[in-house]
Amino acid sequence: MREATQGSKAAPQKRFWTERLIMAVLILCSSVAILTTIGIVASLIFESIRFFQIVPITDFLFGLHWSPQMAIREDQVGSSGAFGAIPLLVGTLLISAVALTVAGPVGLMSAVFLSEYASSSVRSKIKPTLEILAGIPTVVYGFFAAIVVAPWLRRGGEAIGLDVSSESALAAGLVMGIMTIPFVSSISDDAITAVPTSLKEGALAVGSTRSEAIKKVIIPAALPGIAGGLLLATSRVIGETMIVVMAAGLTAKLTLNPLDAVTTVTVQIVTLLTGDQEFDSPKTLSAFALGLMLFTVTLALNVTALKIVKAYREQYD
Amino acid sequence: MTELAFKGPSAEQLRRRHLAEKRFRLFAISSVFLGLAFLGVLFIIVAISGADAVRQAKMLLTISLDVDEFEEGKNSNSAQISKADFEGFIKKSMRSSFPDAKTRRMKRELSKLVSSGAAYELREFILTNPNQIGEEITIWVTASDDVDMLLKGKLNRDLPADLRQLSDQQLLWLDQLMEQNKLEMQFNWTLFTKGDSREPEQAGIAGAMIGSFYSVMVCLLISFPLGVLAAIYLESFAPKNAWTSFIEVNINNLAAVPSIVFGLLGLAVFLNFFELPRSAPLVGGMVLALMTLPTIIIAGRAAIQSVPPSIKEAALAVGASPIQAVFHHVLPLAMPGMLTGTIIGTARALGETAPLLMIGMVAFVVDLPTTFTDPATALPVQVFLWSDMPETAFAERTSAAILVLLAFVGTLNLTAVILRNKFETRY
Amino acid sequence: MENNPIESLINSPITEGPIMEDVRHGEEGYVDMKAKMATKDLTVSYAKVQALKGVSLNIYPNEVTALIGPSGCGKSTFIRSLNRMNDTISVCNIEGQVFLDGENIYDPARDVVQLRTQVGMVFQKPNPFPKSIFENVAYGPKIHGLAADDEELHGIVLGSLERAGLLDEVKDRLNVPGTSLSGGQQQRLCIARAIAVRPDIILMDEPCSALDPIATKRIEELITELKAEYTIVIVTHSMQQARRLSDKIAYFHLGSIVEHGETAEVFENPVDERTADYVLGRIG
Ligand SMILES: Nc1ncnc2c1ncn2[C@@H]1O[C@H](COP(=O)(O)OP(=O)(O)OP(=O)(O)O)[C@@H](O)[C@H]1O
Ligand SMILES: [Mg+2]
Repeated sequence: MREATQGSKAAPQKRFWTERLIMAVLILCSSVAILTTIGIVASLIFESIRFFQIVPITDFLFGLHWSPQMAIREDQVGSSGAFGAIPLLVGTLLISAVALTVAGPVGLMSAVFLSEYASSSVRSKIKPTLEILAGIPTVVYGFFAAIVVAPWLRRGGEAIGLDVSSESALAAGLVMGIMTIPFVSSISDDAITAVPTSLKEGALAVGSTRSEAIKKVIIPAALPGIAGGLLLATSRVIGETMIVVMAAGLTAKLTLNPLDAVTTVTVQIVTLLTGDQEFDSPKTLSAFALGLMLFTVTLALNVTALKIVKAYREQYD
Repeated sequence: MTELAFKGPSAEQLRRRHLAEKRFRLFAISSVFLGLAFLGVLFIIVAISGADAVRQAKMLLTISLDVDEFEEGKNSNSAQISKADFEGFIKKSMRSSFPDAKTRRMKRELSKLVSSGAAYELREFILTNPNQIGEEITIWVTASDDVDMLLKGKLNRDLPADLRQLSDQQLLWLDQLMEQNKLEMQFNWTLFTKGDSREPEQAGIAGAMIGSFYSVMVCLLISFPLGVLAAIYLESFAPKNAWTSFIEVNINNLAAVPSIVFGLLGLAVFLNFFELPRSAPLVGGMVLALMTLPTIIIAGRAAIQSVPPSIKEAALAVGASPIQAVFHHVLPLAMPGMLTGTIIGTARALGETAPLLMIGMVAFVVDLPTTFTDPATALPVQVFLWSDMPETAFAERTSAAILVLLAFVGTLNLTAVILRNKFETRY
Repeated sequence: MENNPIESLINSPITEGPIMEDVRHGEEGYVDMKAKMATKDLTVSYAKVQALKGVSLNIYPNEVTALIGPSGCGKSTFIRSLNRMNDTISVCNIEGQVFLDGENIYDPARDVVQLRTQVGMVFQKPNPFPKSIFENVAYGPKIHGLAADDEELHGIVLGSLERAGLLDEVKDRLNVPGTSLSGGQQQRLCIARAIAVRPDIILMDEPCSALDPIATKRIEELITELKAEYTIVIVTHSMQQARRLSDKIAYFHLGSIVEHGETAEVFENPVDERTADYVLGRIG
């Protein structure tokens, strides 16, 4: 008995230090996420600064011409106009707009079907099936867009006398939209199911049809949640890489015609950094400036979206 | 009173509204259907196209292995055998089968029926059967991709000769081979055992699979412990202060950062700053780990949250320290949920392509990687590389690679679902 | 009473058997042709739970019918069956008949939208839409096209708010969200929303249970006023309220009506033991 007591007196000392150690390890592990962010921000900013020493930041942000290949020739380093990011931004937005035009309504209406019309047994079958779409690697979508959808659109366009580029923004955008359906649908589903049943019943009790209750009461009530979800979807679509690398064009063109070939920020990052690269050339560095732009935009979208969604959840909790 | 009497909507108005209801419902159903239909079409197209890659045209050659062609004749060792002119053997065999190939052009056309990889297959054969030197052997070698396409019906014989890959003469020879049962479809082992190649009939996904395996291993080894420990800290020990909530916001946002940005991080930090090798699964795995970490932390925290606090309190009540209570009692119960999250994260990492392109895992790698630092590609990168190839034979191989990739990703996700269902309602 | 064609009553199968004045003990149900609404052998079950077991009840025009009984006895289920609100619950299965002006509302040809316009409902918890006060009340008339123009719509909204006794409190802030009102005001807003579509009947499921005594009093006064124009069915847990408000009362027990009749009579002279225990405050 006495020994046991002594033992347990000694133990806390040892336990104390082991636990301090364990705690230190735990804290270290959770700061890796912070380190990652710091790493991302630092490397993007560092390389971008080096880029902006060669190419003025205003040229980058407001320039209307993107043609990095030209600039690697000695005499043209930093030549104005070659690193204008506007066409890339417009291209990215064009493809994203096509994608969201598909994913927004289709995703929302899928959520409406699943949460308001489907019986629970249908729902429990269809929801996971739809979510398979979210699990398919994007390179598969890219393949499908480039090998199947783009040729279809091209031939379809020919049939009705339209000139559809074989690397059209439409093909990449459509497929990207389909990829985003389950994402939009599951967030909208959450938002719709969070709307109290009493509101729906209130609408039905004054004689709304189901669709009237959905359109005029449920969706407006769920709107913040849905909007947050759409912002997240936008950020995801803007940052999507493989589909556009495989199905969109390589040359920057300033156009809003979805039948044309456009290129995007992510496509350019990939093209600039794959293949032979000399590290200090503005061509390579410009990829980091594009990366910084992409990171900033998506971060802003994400922060806003997460705030909206959080506030929405708290509203009905 | 009369003003108040029940009036209700008019019949015509009601009819229109019910019609609108029907339209709306139809719209909702077609939305779901659109997603499902796309899924179906994608699977069907990929499966149909990929199924063809499982078979490959092979040709039966009779080759006399002249002793003189080997440095030490029958006693040649491996090195000496490897020096022999295997291509010559195959050409000779072809010419003796078709003595009508007289002109230079005809000879060239004749030898084009066999894959350039046939020489390697012959070498392998002799290396494993050195006693056959001096004998006459028969061996199935890989036919060229054009022959393969012809047998699969993807090459139209009726096209004018200058528009198709095989000449009239070549078709004639192939018909003769067919008649003699010397040309047939066999299981395409190459696809599953070899690395990349410029020739579709010699290209395989084994190298990419190994590269993927190594990368995902590295990714798991880093992200799982880090993620679990971070989740434990944040959920069970972290003080509720501004720093903790900053970490939380940071993790949530990191989860939504485009994957290509992680690739840029890997390029700038791992390759350029730490000078780790390019194209190595080690670096690929590290980048994927950083990408997967937020997913695992978020899932881990949810799993810990779902363990009732009474369990921790019970452990504390019998004198366990908070750390013991968490590691002995909460963690085991949260483990299934954490594993589910980890598996889903792994599945995503396995299908990820963009960050790997940034760190050079997009090289043309013929040899199978054997270590974590050998140059390698990954399965999705292989899909990307092949999908760009002009040869028709690569199209079906791309589909096959996609099928394999989907099978792996699907298995992982299915495991996660099963795990989740099994452990879902425990409390 | 031209809304109540005797013919349809005669032709419908339930009219076999004598049509009688209100029957005090409701085991065997009779559909009274003077009733605005009537249920006949109404049986409702949720998956395996049977919530109502063959309930028959007559509900008379321009009267307040109170439904009382212990928790879980099926009052809400009953009242929700009267405007087919239970249709929204997928596991809910309904048998028997419910007549409105002599026509079975569960007839497959019956239009639920039209039914719910005629039979309005106010819920236990106030559930204003997250829209302005005006939009809350205007919602019904708008979707049903009851107002020819904005002016008429405005008139309907103001009239309904007036009748719900809310107008004075909100008339200069019709554009603030309905959710910003107090609980009692919200409930009156919901009543205004219900009467804005000019129903015949208003169903109220414990409309005062979330309110303080003063707000409750206002709603009670309102109900008494509305009685002149509407037929009202109200579920309540308050014996005093039932006694104050209602003309008829039905006591539910385990999915059946064990006693119903004139309110005063049931309170003063309950026939059934269980009713007596409940209304006299011995249980529940
Ligand atoms: N949506 C539902 N799903 C399954 N069972 C239900 C549902 N609604 C009610 N029930 C069951 O039906 C029975 C009657 O419920 P109901 O809500 O009608 O009782 P109530 O008399 O209104 O009770 P209270 O006074 O508490 O409101 C109960 O046993 C209840 O559990
Ligand atoms: Mg109730």
